[in-house]
Amino acid sequence: MDEQRLDGNAAAGVLAEIFTFEITTARAACVHCGSSGEVGAQLAYISEIGTVVRCASCDGVLIRVVRQDEGPQRYWLDLKGIEYLQIQERP
Amino acid sequence: MATTTTVTPGASNATGATRMAGTPRRLAWQIGEVAESIPDTPRTKSLFLEVPDWNGHRAGQHVDVRLTAEDGYQAERSYSIASAPESGRIELLVERLDDGEVSPYLTEELRAGDGLELRGPIGGWFAWDANEGGPLLLLAGGSGIAPLMAMVRHRKAAGSDAPVRLLYSSRSYEEVIFREELEALAAEDEALEVIQTLTRSAPEGWQGYDRRIDQAMLKDVAFPPQERPLAFVCGPTPLVETAATALVGLGHDPARIKTERFGPTGG
Repeated sequence: MDEQRLDGNAAAGVLAEIFTFEITTARAACVHCGSSGEVGAQLAYISEIGTVVRCASCDGVLIRVVRQDEGPQRYWLDLKGIEYLQIQERP
Repeated sequence: MATTTTVTPGASNATGATRMAGTPRRLAWQIGEVAESIPDTPRTKSLFLEVPDWNGHRAGQHVDVRLTAEDGYQAERSYSIASAPESGRIELLVERLDDGEVSPYLTEELRAGDGLELRGPIGGWFAWDANEGGPLLLLAGGSGIAPLMAMVRHRKAAGSDAPVRLLYSSRSYEEVIFREELEALAAEDEALEVIQTLTRSAPEGWQGYDRRIDQAMLKDVAFPPQERPLAFVCGPTPLVETAATALVGLGHDPARIKTERFGPTGG
């Protein structure tokens, strides 16, 4: 499958394997350009290799996640593109 | 690819389901049972699923469906939930893509009584609750109607009178998914307007639009930006990007435009 540009919301499945909170409505601040927005509103690139979430403002990488299914399941999660996450319960 | 599901109800499985006692629950795979499979249009079917351990969903959310071949090869796809949260069953709208790995199995092979491995609900960002109010601007292309249909159905089930305009782009009249239900809903409800556009062929005497969604069409159809509609756009990537860009160009607040791109592949 070729890598395709989708909404951050499309990364919700693999991220919900890791996080117990709703990550698509969490606000992420981008370390590259300083803008912040909900993760679901960013851009997701999903391929067989893994998932990359990029900033919708500057295209900088926010999140990279790779899952290894063979053997004991493992995740590699790179969040260094995020300055902070603001996580909020639904009202 | 010949794909079969080999699923054992109650069995734990590798992805996301492993959970140590005392840890919060993360997203887990579970088995739904196909209650019915009903054609909507020549290329789409609605799968109605009973999911015993379903925790409820919000209108607009999706599920991941996973098929496992006999050799262990797995293919995962996301499908939006078309049913309202108030409905007891989960309805998934599946469009058959001839070269797809998953959709031919779901539309041609899957029968009532079969199990289907899925997980969800997923994606709280592209979701609408009736208590958020409106106005609601819904823009759909093809099978992108699914999550927006969940919103329209939820609005009715919740007794909401939020004004809604649904602009729905299909290739032809025969390919308008949920056509009769949408016509019936719009006929009984003054606050719900359904506007159609047919991009390839239109029947004689067609009163609706007959071109792709563009800024001029949105200027006519969308609520004025001053009314601050909440917009949900779902469909193929070009339609979604054209529509979202046009809405911003018309002065709508980007923070109130939510998009769900299907992407060029999938299936």
